[in-house]
Amino acid sequence: MKRIKWIFGLAAIVVTALACTNGTRASLAMSPSDKTASSTTVKIDNFSFGPATITVPAGSTVTWTNNDDVPHVVTSDDGKLFKSKALDTDDRFSFTFTKPGTYNYYCAIHPKMTAKIVVQ
Amino acid sequence: MADFIKDNINKDGIDRRGFLQCMAWAGTGVLYSVHGGILKSAPLLQGAMSGMDKAKMKGADFSFIQISDSHIGFSKEANPDVTATLQVAVDRINSSTERPDFLLHTGDISQLSKPSEFDTAEQVLKGAKAGRIFFVPGEHDVLTDDGQQYLDRFGKDTKGKGWYSFDHKGAHFIGLVNVVDLKAGGLGSLGSDQLKWLQDDVRELKSSTPVIVFAHIPLWTVYPDWGWGTDDSEQALGYLKRFGSVSVLNGHIHQIMQKVEGNVTFHTALSTAFPQPAPGKAPSPGPMKVPADQLRSVLGISHVNYVQGNHSLAIVDSPLA
Repeated sequence: MKRIKWIFGLAAIVVTALACTNGTRASLAMSPSDKTASSTTVKIDNFSFGPATITVPAGSTVTWTNNDDVPHVVTSDDGKLFKSKALDTDDRFSFTFTKPGTYNYYCAIHPKMTAKIVVQ
Repeated sequence: MADFIKDNINKDGIDRRGFLQCMAWAGTGVLYSVHGGILKSAPLLQGAMSGMDKAKMKGADFSFIQISDSHIGFSKEANPDVTATLQVAVDRINSSTERPDFLLHTGDISQLSKPSEFDTAEQVLKGAKAGRIFFVPGEHDVLTDDGQQYLDRFGKDTKGKGWYSFDHKGAHFIGLVNVVDLKAGGLGSLGSDQLKWLQDDVRELKSSTPVIVFAHIPLWTVYPDWGWGTDDSEQALGYLKRFGSVSVLNGHIHQIMQKVEGNVTFHTALSTAFPQPAPGKAPSPGPMKVPADQLRSVLGISHVNYVQGNHSLAIVDSPLA
């Protein structure tokens, strides 16, 4: 678990450095227990979300990219919190998770495709 | 594919299993004929029927064409010109000696529910020499506005999200919608409103009435891992149990499969756009790429003949090449 958090810490450094956001990122990232907003990518390949589960700090933005030849629709299980338009090949959809919790989602037109975002 | 085909019940002396295997190789379209209530099938090869097909179609009261999965707007490697192959399908319909009473389009008319895609599809389909076209939506047709655009264009005078029924020369046709309000982890879904409507719709029908149900996603469980089935189809079929002849026509899986279960014959049609892999034979059910010169042999339409009296529908799967 520690290792995972460390990796997220690293990811946070890279992403926030790229995003050029506020100046406190370095010190926050050094401490693995701290929660740092970040950006994370989920890829859609072969009718599945990868990774199927990701854990991100509150305030993080998750971006889905569709690599399939088939459109997909990223939708929270409740159908309300977030729902993308139909994502054609290479289209992206982003959503920022502000509150901690477990967010299950699926593809509204291929409902066998399920995955989740854990927000800490 | 052979693993998914059961024996046929028509006792017409035609080995449907072998026949369909041939079709799978030949690629296709399906000609259905209704013989007194039961669908029979045969392939439309090179735009004309073989002797066997003609024998099966003989004496049909009427015939209709099933066309499916046009995916207008798709332009990837598996078929860069889906409008052209839809046009070939229409040409094939028009070149047949059998003039169909109407067409059934079993969904995925478009790729992304775009107005321009629907426009193109309508334009091409308008050229088909058939009385009229009945539609049910595929999941690709309801990607915007909760399917309102589909309803405005193709689902006028339908109920709910686009379901309806009609009678034609003694047979009762039921168009169902199983591509909306899908739940996480599930398959296709009809939903309680539609099921209730279906129950009411068939209540007054005589059990001898031939019933033909059409919907996009298969109403039998073809391969749940790929979502090829409908969660509440059993309930729907339960309302049809008392009928002597029930035929179920679906699309969605872009390949021919057939199954007979009691009084119900299930059949899936080819796409006019691109083939999809056999269940479990690829990492995903995405478009299957075949050499360009073979593409039209794995696309097609279906022609159905109806004959009053001996209760059988003849289905001819016909490739575009």
